Amino acid sequence: MSAPEDIVVIEGMTKNFGSGDATQKVLKGIDLSLAKGSLAALQGRSGSGKSTLLSILGTLMKPTAGQHEMLGQDLGRISERDLTEFRNRHIGFVFQFHHLFPDLTALENVMFPSAMHMGRETRAARRRAADLLVRVGLEDRIGFRATALSGGQKQRVAIARALMNTPELVLADEPTGNLDRESADQVMDLVREINAEDHTTFLISTHDEKIADGCRRQIHLDDGQIVASAPPAK
Amino acid sequence: MLYQFKIGWRYLTSNLIQTGLLVLGVAVGVFVFVFMSALIGGLAVYLIDQTVGDISHVTVSEPPLAPAQLYPESAGALYAIENATGREATLRNTTEVIATLAQLPGLVAVSPQLVGNGFVTRGAVVNPVTVVGVEPDKVSAIADVAANLVAGRADLPTGSALIGQKLATDLGVDAGQGLRLRSDQGVDMTMTIIGVFEFGVAPLDERTVYVNEKTARGLFDLRHGVTRIELRIDDLWAAPSFAAEVAAATGLEATPWTESNGQLISGLDAQARSGDIIKGFALVTIVIGVASALLLSTYRRRSEIGIMRAMGASKGFVVMVFLTQGALIGLVGGLFGAGLAWLALSPFPPPGQIEAGGFPIDVSQGGFGLAVGLTLVGALVASILPARAAAKVDPVSVISQ
Repeated sequence: MSAPEDIVVIEGMTKNFGSGDATQKVLKGIDLSLAKGSLAALQGRSGSGKSTLLSILGTLMKPTAGQHEMLGQDLGRISERDLTEFRNRHIGFVFQFHHLFPDLTALENVMFPSAMHMGRETRAARRRAADLLVRVGLEDRIGFRATALSGGQKQRVAIARALMNTPELVLADEPTGNLDRESADQVMDLVREINAEDHTTFLISTHDEKIADGCRRQIHLDDGQIVASAPPAK
Repeated sequence: MLYQFKIGWRYLTSNLIQTGLLVLGVAVGVFVFVFMSALIGGLAVYLIDQTVGDISHVTVSEPPLAPAQLYPESAGALYAIENATGREATLRNTTEVIATLAQLPGLVAVSPQLVGNGFVTRGAVVNPVTVVGVEPDKVSAIADVAANLVAGRADLPTGSALIGQKLATDLGVDAGQGLRLRSDQGVDMTMTIIGVFEFGVAPLDERTVYVNEKTARGLFDLRHGVTRIELRIDDLWAAPSFAAEVAAATGLEATPWTESNGQLISGLDAQARSGDIIKGFALVTIVIGVASALLLSTYRRRSEIGIMRAMGASKGFVVMVFLTQGALIGLVGGLFGAGLAWLALSPFPPPGQIEAGGFPIDVSQGGFGLAVGLTLVGALVASILPARAAAKVDPVSVISQ
């Protein structure tokens, strides 16, 4: 049963790749719920199913079986077009390799999800994107092309972009995996700040114990199953 | 601004050298298209002008006389028909016919003529000729004799003749000298050569003698009527339909120039088809160039496209980004190529004014609008495949790269 404050609930979720004898079971009956405002780390060895679980939670991939609800909607029952719109409105992504659009400026990158929703870059979106860049400490890089930013700056732009449409859930796949320690700490400080102030739910896939220790909940995945889900040991 | 347009524009301007080369390639294709259109069109105008410029567009005459039947028709009996009827049938009611013709739209000039055969003699030289008797004020109504004079004058007083340069050379005469003309009716006349013309068309320059209508009546012993009426109309290519109208309105035989110049028409058709094939290849080259460049772009931007899809971009959005690029390349390349072609071809004189050995380029037949329009459509078609490929990019497969 899900609690009223849960924004994401998955039950009995499985994901298989291939068919017949070559079937590979990547997720084997996952039950998971994320409450609004939670800050959770998703941990596990390579191949444990972390990326697959994030892809399904991000509605980029459909599960083989199981229930997937978000904000009370059964996501297994809506069309691809509606799913695309749902993802745009309610889910933000931060990737390990930032994946900014190199031909757009920092401001335009941040505005992108809004432009997808509105069909154009509105004045309000421009203001919000600028505010977000100020918030992530890049007010002096607003007009810079993504290619002119450092790794840490790019990842902060990516976080601002993920927050543009005020999503309820931000999925971050190794967001600090490509950064030095100092930049990684800055990015995580920013995530914690946004989480605390906006109550945006973060699920962060990471191998970094320090990053995981900074989250209020740690979810351990092993061989496609959740083996532990608890606050970090102090 | 449509957001798809903005992203497409940014993609194109992110690598100006690559985009510039692509646009240049399209422009060259459009240049070839326009050049071929102007050349083929100009060549057609030139050939027609050379061939049809000095002949009648529609010739009106009495239907041929029925051949004389030499023996009475009877069952089982053989009989012979004499095809040669001697003199051509004459139009008796010329005034009425001309009045009827004047009502038809598109008519530019009318020239009633008496035509017959004869011989010109000068000393021991005897040449067969076609004698054309025209009204003095209509000497240049059909063939512009005045504009093609090489000696003398083009007015045609009674007792004078206008002859071609080749005939004059054969006879060893020039303007102002005398000439003896004997018609096929056996009438002899001595006349003065008032002018010598040169059309560059053998039948006219070698064998045609223009005389005054009155002189012709005397030569051919024809008191009333004319042999034929030659017409010029404002649209050469309307000659067959105009001839049909003439035949319907007058009940006479009307022959368009196209009927007696079938080889020219089929030659022009073949030339136009060859031009179309070359233009088609130019368009195919544009399509292949744009498609390959955009496919390459699709491959290079796979991860960006995947992230766009993850951020909520619909497949339609991605398709539009690439269609926009195709349209921009087609439009800019098309306009650039058309502009280049106009700059390069406009200094050429019109086909009617070129000198021998010159390029008969007719810029007005360059098909500039068509070239740009077809290029735009071609580039759009070329971008469909890359656009569809881009829309199929799976975000999950590129996020981890």
